[in-house]
Amino acid sequence: MMNESRVARKVYLTLLTVCVVALLAGGCGKRETLAAIGDRTQELRLNNEGEPASLDPAVEIGNIEHSVILALFEGLITADPKDLSPRPGVAESWKISPDGKVYTFHLRKNGRWSNGEPVTARDFVQTYHRMLTPSLGAQYSYMLYPVKNAEAFNLGKITDFSRVGFKALDDYTLELTLHSPAPYLLSMMIHDSWFPVPIAVIKKHGALDDRTNPWTKPENFVGNGPFVLKEWRMNSHILVERSPTYWDATNVRLNKIYFDPTESLDTAERMFRSGQLHSDPQAPPSKVAFYRKYKPNLINVYPLLGTYFYKIHVTQPALKDKRVRQALAMTIDRHAMTETIMRAGEEPAYFLTPPNTAGYTCQTKVREDAAEARQLLAEAGYPDGKNFPTVEVLFNTGVQYHKAIAEALQEMWKKNLNINIVLHNEEWKVYLDSLRRMDYSIGRASWVGDYVDPSTFLDMFTTENGNNETGWSNAEYDRLVHLASNTGDRAARYDAYQKAEAILLDEMPIIPIYFYTRPRLIQPSVRGWYPNVIDQYDFKSIYLVPEDN
Amino acid sequence: MLRFIARRFLEAIPVLFIIATATFFMMRLAPGGPFDAEKQVSAEVRARMEAHYGLDKPLFQQYLLQMKHLLQGNLGPSFKYPGRTVNEIIADAFPVSLELGCEALAVALVFGLAAGMVAALKQNSAWDHVPMALAMIGLCVPTFVMGPLLISAFALHLDWFNAAGWFFPRDRVLPALTLGAYYAAYVARLCRGGFLEVLNQDYIRTARAKGAGGARVLFKHALRGGILPVVSFLGPAVAGLLTGSFVVETIFGVPGLGRYFVTAAFNRDYFMVMGSVLFYACFVVVLNLVADVALVWLNPKLRFE
Repeated sequence: MMNESRVARKVYLTLLTVCVVALLAGGCGKRETLAAIGDRTQELRLNNEGEPASLDPAVEIGNIEHSVILALFEGLITADPKDLSPRPGVAESWKISPDGKVYTFHLRKNGRWSNGEPVTARDFVQTYHRMLTPSLGAQYSYMLYPVKNAEAFNLGKITDFSRVGFKALDDYTLELTLHSPAPYLLSMMIHDSWFPVPIAVIKKHGALDDRTNPWTKPENFVGNGPFVLKEWRMNSHILVERSPTYWDATNVRLNKIYFDPTESLDTAERMFRSGQLHSDPQAPPSKVAFYRKYKPNLINVYPLLGTYFYKIHVTQPALKDKRVRQALAMTIDRHAMTETIMRAGEEPAYFLTPPNTAGYTCQTKVREDAAEARQLLAEAGYPDGKNFPTVEVLFNTGVQYHKAIAEALQEMWKKNLNINIVLHNEEWKVYLDSLRRMDYSIGRASWVGDYVDPSTFLDMFTTENGNNETGWSNAEYDRLVHLASNTGDRAARYDAYQKAEAILLDEMPIIPIYFYTRPRLIQPSVRGWYPNVIDQYDFKSIYLVPEDN
Repeated sequence: MLRFIARRFLEAIPVLFIIATATFFMMRLAPGGPFDAEKQVSAEVRARMEAHYGLDKPLFQQYLLQMKHLLQGNLGPSFKYPGRTVNEIIADAFPVSLELGCEALAVALVFGLAAGMVAALKQNSAWDHVPMALAMIGLCVPTFVMGPLLISAFALHLDWFNAAGWFFPRDRVLPALTLGAYYAAYVARLCRGGFLEVLNQDYIRTARAKGAGGARVLFKHALRGGILPVVSFLGPAVAGLLTGSFVVETIFGVPGLGRYFVTAAFNRDYFMVMGSVLFYACFVVVLNLVADVALVWLNPKLRFE
């Protein structure tokens, strides 16, 4: 017996020694971090929060895809990173007709695709033709709807594309004719749906209207942006390199950008902390306070163009009366929610459109007044909450604070109105399905603007809008919103939006809770980056400076 | 033996068929679809996308079509990632999971077997109690605790490794340890039990009486019997290890297959769900068979049955 155990013990000790040696050999001593190496070589490492579904600007575009696409393509217009005002992109200059309906873009002659071909006005017309082709099923085709007949073509009502308001006057002049003046058109044009795609290249790899066309794989890829796609390894990284054919290549300072697809907030924060990332756009909520207090040079918290709110299904018997909805909205302590639950500098929301959206701030506010709310509830037939049926609040699982906020609502409504709420959570897609079918009473919602204009928020609650999902319909509201989107005069437009939003806040088919912020972790070596409300990068202006300089 | 293997393979066909059918209908019964998003697409766009993927056809026809494609080895396109097929995604991610799984398996076997053997030989001593206590902890501590703990110590504190990622050889160490720890603990306990039983057998005493040395008794005579429980555990366990772990892949940013089992279902990526479920099912079937064959080979008593 002794013999065997000695052998076993030997095996065991050898193993332990091997392990210790292996662990030590693994690293030993301080290494230069990837971020520090990147600082020297101008290689930016960004967390991009997820795996892009596609890099085709026409196919599926969320924030994740948008960031990479911004490096790979350039639209007619680009956005100033500080205030998002329009700057020349492929278009050197543009003219708007006095009636605001005709836009003429003069394209630069040195615009090049990464295969060396010139970027021409025809490319844009063909891109928009593809984007609006019904069989492609582009999600964001509606971004092109201000253009005359774009909607009709996209819905298959007309089939002759020459009737749509896109025209290449010559190789370098593009004319857009709108059906009515849309003063926010330029700010819409910084969205990917307006970016040109290389039609000839797409055709080479399959049908133009095939959303699964593999032209965006690195070996096939052609773009016109400051960077070109080099590697795309799913769930590992996307690597882009400075494009030598880009017209302004001499002013691009980064050599490479690595887009990391880490979704887990905690993993990303650890990667940032260990020097693997230059920036992580979303610090975990539990760490924001720590960074702000102890590492303020590593975090930047800034407002985003997004609102967290609750939708009310207004055709439900208990919620039909607007006084009930007002009472619900008036008895929420929004400040407590942002300070104790969210804790990332979010602003309490007393209206829907985030403040100062292209200069528009809603003048009407939801009041927080428990006494008046009780009065309203009593007038609606529920004095002290009596006879008020138990109402269900729907939220989705997967994000911890949705539950915390729903619980806070439950508590606040019980305390202030003496009504009972039950919480109901559903998995993401089930929840989306419930909202779509309007199989809910009160449901969590959020909205992030597609472009910087109040219309991207206020359009949502017109009767015909698919994202309304509340059953609420108000003829005057619809009229004002349509009036605003057909008016070229900014003051008149914003006046109409003020009136529309006031109606929305009186009728209360929604309860605004807070406005989103971005708690971004960012190394001090990253320069030329500016926070903005759509959190859009300007990779041309970003550069890196080694720490000890 | 060949007949045994052939029979098991034939048995696998109805199993896989039932799994595929159940997956298909369960997936379609789940509320929500692949094209539901926070920003709703218009009814027209939705209809076109559904038509593109054939989701507008009657359900039973879709089922037959998918079965036909599956028989041809075509798992279909991914809804979530247009431009990629399920075959491509699996081909891309599986080698990563396979590599991590093999490394974790090595951790599990080396540590588990060593600890189990020593514990059995030195029963009721510190050599038994300490590793078995550690094994108990290994079994109890979930990977989502173990992973961040290891990262905190070895990546953030000591700065020996990256906190996450899959770029350099050293990026393999922490995920392999995290993933392997649970299996190592399980193997250790099974191995201890197996060895305790074997070491009391007559044939071990005979071997010792004949003057066989320590190593010879241990590795030549006792090992075969001692690891029987481990082998039957390893069949399904290896299938799980090699096809990836959602938790470990998420914590360490490993681009493996494990995460698709979960995300595909969340995304209602029907073809991806079917592809990953069937892939996993085939793996389990094959590895169970391998385990059975190994058991027969290791245990002479079974050979006659």
